[in-house]
Amino acid sequence: MSDQHEEGHFCRTAGEKIMFSDAIIQSIKKAQQRYPDQQSAVLPALHIIQKEYGNLSYEAMRFVSQQLRVPESDVFGTATFYSLYRWKNPGRHQIQICHNLSCSLLGAETMIAHLEKKLGVCEGQVTKDGRFSFIRMECIGRCDGAPAMLVGDDYHGELTPEKIDEILKKYE
Amino acid sequence: MEKMLLKRVDIPNSADIDVAMKNGAYSTLATAFGMRPLDVVSEVKRANLRGRGGAGFPTGLKWELCSRVPGSLKYLLCNADEGEPGTFKDRFILLQDPHLLIEGMVISGFAIGAERGYIYLRYEYPTALVVLEKAIEQAYAKGYLGKNILGKGVNFDLSVHRGAGAYICGEETALIESLEGKRGQPRIRPPFPASQGAWRKPTVINNVETLSNIPYLLAMGADAYAKIGEETSPGPKLYGVSGMVNKPGVYELPMGTTLREIIYTHCGGIRGGKKLKAIIPGGASTPILTEQHLDVKMDFNSLVSAGSMLGSGAVMVMDETVNLVNVAYVLVRFFAHESCGKCTPCREGTSWLYQVYQRLMHGEGRLEDIDLLLYICDTVKGKCFCPLGEGAIQPVLSSIKHFRGDYEQWIKEGRRGQA
Ligand SMILES: Cc1cc2nc3c(=O)[nH]c(=O)nc-3n(C[C@H](O)[C@H](O)[C@H](O)COP(=O)(O)O)c2cc1C
Ligand code: FES
Repeated sequence: MSDQHEEGHFCRTAGEKIMFSDAIIQSIKKAQQRYPDQQSAVLPALHIIQKEYGNLSYEAMRFVSQQLRVPESDVFGTATFYSLYRWKNPGRHQIQICHNLSCSLLGAETMIAHLEKKLGVCEGQVTKDGRFSFIRMECIGRCDGAPAMLVGDDYHGELTPEKIDEILKKYE
Repeated sequence: MEKMLLKRVDIPNSADIDVAMKNGAYSTLATAFGMRPLDVVSEVKRANLRGRGGAGFPTGLKWELCSRVPGSLKYLLCNADEGEPGTFKDRFILLQDPHLLIEGMVISGFAIGAERGYIYLRYEYPTALVVLEKAIEQAYAKGYLGKNILGKGVNFDLSVHRGAGAYICGEETALIESLEGKRGQPRIRPPFPASQGAWRKPTVINNVETLSNIPYLLAMGADAYAKIGEETSPGPKLYGVSGMVNKPGVYELPMGTTLREIIYTHCGGIRGGKKLKAIIPGGASTPILTEQHLDVKMDFNSLVSAGSMLGSGAVMVMDETVNLVNVAYVLVRFFAHESCGKCTPCREGTSWLYQVYQRLMHGEGRLEDIDLLLYICDTVKGKCFCPLGEGAIQPVLSSIKHFRGDYEQWIKEGRRGQA
């Protein structure tokens, strides 16, 4: 490990340089205080970085490993286990649409087909203008409002194709 | 029945501590702290409260096991992972009455001797994260969390731990692994969490709804509580109903309310006046029932007798237009996606099942596939490390058992689905 890693919180790959800000370091430190050991802060640390950068990366995982003094392999193992850590930047507004049973009974697949057509992208892709991306989700706990989705952190339910059109207008 | 768990949920701004307190929040803390911790445990035991997270384990017994373990460092974990498809009941408490949960956790921590608690919250509840963090902050400011609560020398610290999208983390030992920053794969039991749980310390894990029962249970006393609903598993129950009913939603009813009453009296019957075909009574991993089971009582024992399980009390209702092959496909896809990969029968079994269903969805099913599905289920049944695999085969087994005709028709007609 180079000194640069220790002091400036740099990580370098293929000419790319990511500088993790003091704010991020402070947030991770704060998260650490909630637990009796360092490793327990791995999930919160990854959340903090994903929130700031939109996705995780190799550098992010190494950084977390250094900050928390947890072996890289353990951080990698954890980060790759969970579905909602991302490796690609989503659109400005990430649509998470449920395709589990209650939603599917009430038309989730029709809504997903509508989204694909309207946005002109498949699951996981970002629209050309960078505005939207969408992913299929397992039950998001909104079955009472099926079919349901999240746009960013906002919940929208009882979807119809027309309603989806109206909703998307609100997100620039 | 008068509402308890949802009493404050409809009051505007009830997540705010002042509003919640005006409506009774934190009023049971004094009662609890006036008792000996062991007496609180006995009271919960006497009330016969059974866990609302799925397994229905007696809460008092779990607490007793943990409180008997020597040592002063213990943990209380709240399972707010709510990942079982069809389940959304805990969301109502998390969003609209977080102080009920916090009060329940402070009392439970006092009872088992834990001074540290965590709420394991699923990633998919971003709004609940904000609400909970604010509620915790307010509770600290009012002295209901932290050191020397109510001046009675009781300490309890609480924070939220956010998951990252993994159904298996609802399983209690996987939840602990995830809390410790690891992959969410279950641990071997024993040792049970009550003796060695989070950070290898004695730990109690309870569901949101279970913990939210505690303040009311103590306030009314075990005798009165035990009189609510079904004798073998008393208390109020949150039933979350979704699918093809007129009024989906969460309903607080006495434990043991029949499916008929839930679906027809409370949820206004089936949409569009259609005929009922199938019911999943307790979330994706509980066996599918039919309209013949409408008079089954929704409690732990009655549902087991009927060949299913209460699970999380998440009722999913399907009308006559639904083909159960499609239903099983959606659920098997879910389990194949969520199998954690630790044990072979579950990891391979769920993905083999998924492949056969994909063939069915592509209109390439063969009649032998029905037996093939049953055969795969047999290689999973009773052979998995944790209950996920067992849950995964339930939709397959029960849909074939009750609706074999749906499969035959699907295959003969070469039907296709959205795969
Ligand atoms: C695969 C799997 C997923 C589970 N998911 C949840 C869940 O989301 N929420 C929950 O409370 N319990 C869940 N459970 C049950 C927990 O393991 C545990 O029994 C429960 O949290 C204990 O709390 P209780 O006694 O209050 O019910 C799950 C179990 C399994 C096997
Ligand atoms: S099935 Fe879609 S939110 Fe539950």
